[in-house]
Amino acid sequence: MSELSPVTVEIKGISKQFVLRHTRSIKEALIWFLKGRKGDLSARFHALRDVSLDIRQGETVALLGFNGSGKSTLLKHISGVMTPDEGTVRTRGRVAGLIEVGAGFHPDLSGRDNVYLNAAILGMSEAQIKERFDSIVEFAEIGEFIDTEVRFYSSGMYLRLAFSVAVHSDPEVFLVDEILAVGDEPFQKKCLEKIQELVDAGQTLVVVSHDLDLVQRVCSRGILLEHGRVLKDGPSHDVVEFLRSRTKG
Amino acid sequence: MTSLLDTPLVRPGIGQGLKDVFRRRYLLKLLVRKEIKLRYRGSVLGVIWSYVKPAIQFVVFYIAMGVFLGLNKNVGNYAVYLFSGIVLINFFTEALNNAAKSIVYNSGLIKKIFLPRELFPVASVFVSAAHFFPQLVVLLIGCLLTGWQPTPLGILAGFAGFLVLAMLSVGLGLFFSSVNVYFRDSENFVEMMLMVATWVSPVMYQWGMVHERLGDFWFGVYQSNPVTVGVELFHYAFWSSTAGGDAALAAPPQLFELWLPVALVVSAAVLALGQFTFRKLEVKFAQEL
Repeated sequence: MSELSPVTVEIKGISKQFVLRHTRSIKEALIWFLKGRKGDLSARFHALRDVSLDIRQGETVALLGFNGSGKSTLLKHISGVMTPDEGTVRTRGRVAGLIEVGAGFHPDLSGRDNVYLNAAILGMSEAQIKERFDSIVEFAEIGEFIDTEVRFYSSGMYLRLAFSVAVHSDPEVFLVDEILAVGDEPFQKKCLEKIQELVDAGQTLVVVSHDLDLVQRVCSRGILLEHGRVLKDGPSHDVVEFLRSRTKG
Repeated sequence: MTSLLDTPLVRPGIGQGLKDVFRRRYLLKLLVRKEIKLRYRGSVLGVIWSYVKPAIQFVVFYIAMGVFLGLNKNVGNYAVYLFSGIVLINFFTEALNNAAKSIVYNSGLIKKIFLPRELFPVASVFVSAAHFFPQLVVLLIGCLLTGWQPTPLGILAGFAGFLVLAMLSVGLGLFFSSVNVYFRDSENFVEMMLMVATWVSPVMYQWGMVHERLGDFWFGVYQSNPVTVGVELFHYAFWSSTAGGDAALAAPPQLFELWLPVALVVSAAVLALGQFTFRKLEVKFAQEL
């Protein structure tokens, strides 16, 4: 991607500490306080340490690393669900996507109601939802079941509908956490084609995935995280090779 | 492609509080509609239940309290007196109870997707307002059957009473829902507070009895509770013209000149405090839930 494309995600020196609190009641906190605040009510751990990176419009970026390396935390910082302890995250345009498939779906509502609700959660306006509704249903291949309650859906239908809403929300920055494994082979292929289409139209894509083959196909850039630090940042092919060689060694 | 350059870089996750709720009002509408739909799923009578339950309650009050207990002798048309206070307290209780739990209850969504989190407590209050409406209809029927004569000031009092409690519910809802993320004691505290709320306002008894026992100063303290003023405004709006000779006792002196402005100021202050606390605490919702 050209250096001239505008930066859509700018991350400057962010750090994030998690406090694992052991207490959930005022009583325990009060006793701790009265005893002269001895000991620590909590344990801490660093999820991200001094991470800096820029992502430009039209880039397809994969965040790689083992479990607990901070990938999902970084994605949550880009989406705004979390805010950093230090440093800043800034984004340009609307950021949306699937941090988890079907977050915000309610099993007792019909497919139609869920599409409206979920699309509005992802930041679409009423007019946009109405305009894209047919296309969402068609892409998800739900057909006549759209007015059935979602709890009667097969898990495949559920995932297809959730993914379809997300790809139609048309944000400037699209975040995807480990969902490219959705559905069967043909649907997965369709999803990848749709994603490619969005990227060609100038959308920025940030993916978290453990599926290295898929990452190499979809993403041009890879960022490897380890213990909350950026270990390697470069073309996805190189980063995936590097990760594989480390696993073997 | 370059048009994107015109949009500025902004920090995600930094909202503007209740202003964002207004901006995302379509989502608010869908969230409220969802709750209302889910409430009566799988029931044959559906929304009719919202009318049947308060209607039965009213009839029970009328017969048991008014006729059997003879409370009509002390307070004219006691059933309407009691019911007009109770519908307002019901609204407040339901709104605050649900609002206080709303953030923890919606944690699945809050941890995954960024959206103005104020939406959840505010939606709870709207849902309760929707449930309040059928009770109001039953109340109005009861009023009309017992000789109610609406006046412009009375109707204004009704709206004002509702507004005061709605503001108070949103303010306290914001406060307790955000504290509840850190200390789950919060929702228990709210339940206890709501249990007391019915009794520290003249729902069952009359304000005059309080004034008699407490004297002017403590009665002033009693009156600074916005819930009390809300209930009195409802009595003025719905009961006073049905009560015959007791109408003079409907409202304490200076209800409109002094106590309504006090209630509005107190509620607005609670709202501001709730919003302030919520914004301080919401930064860490995703990791604490």
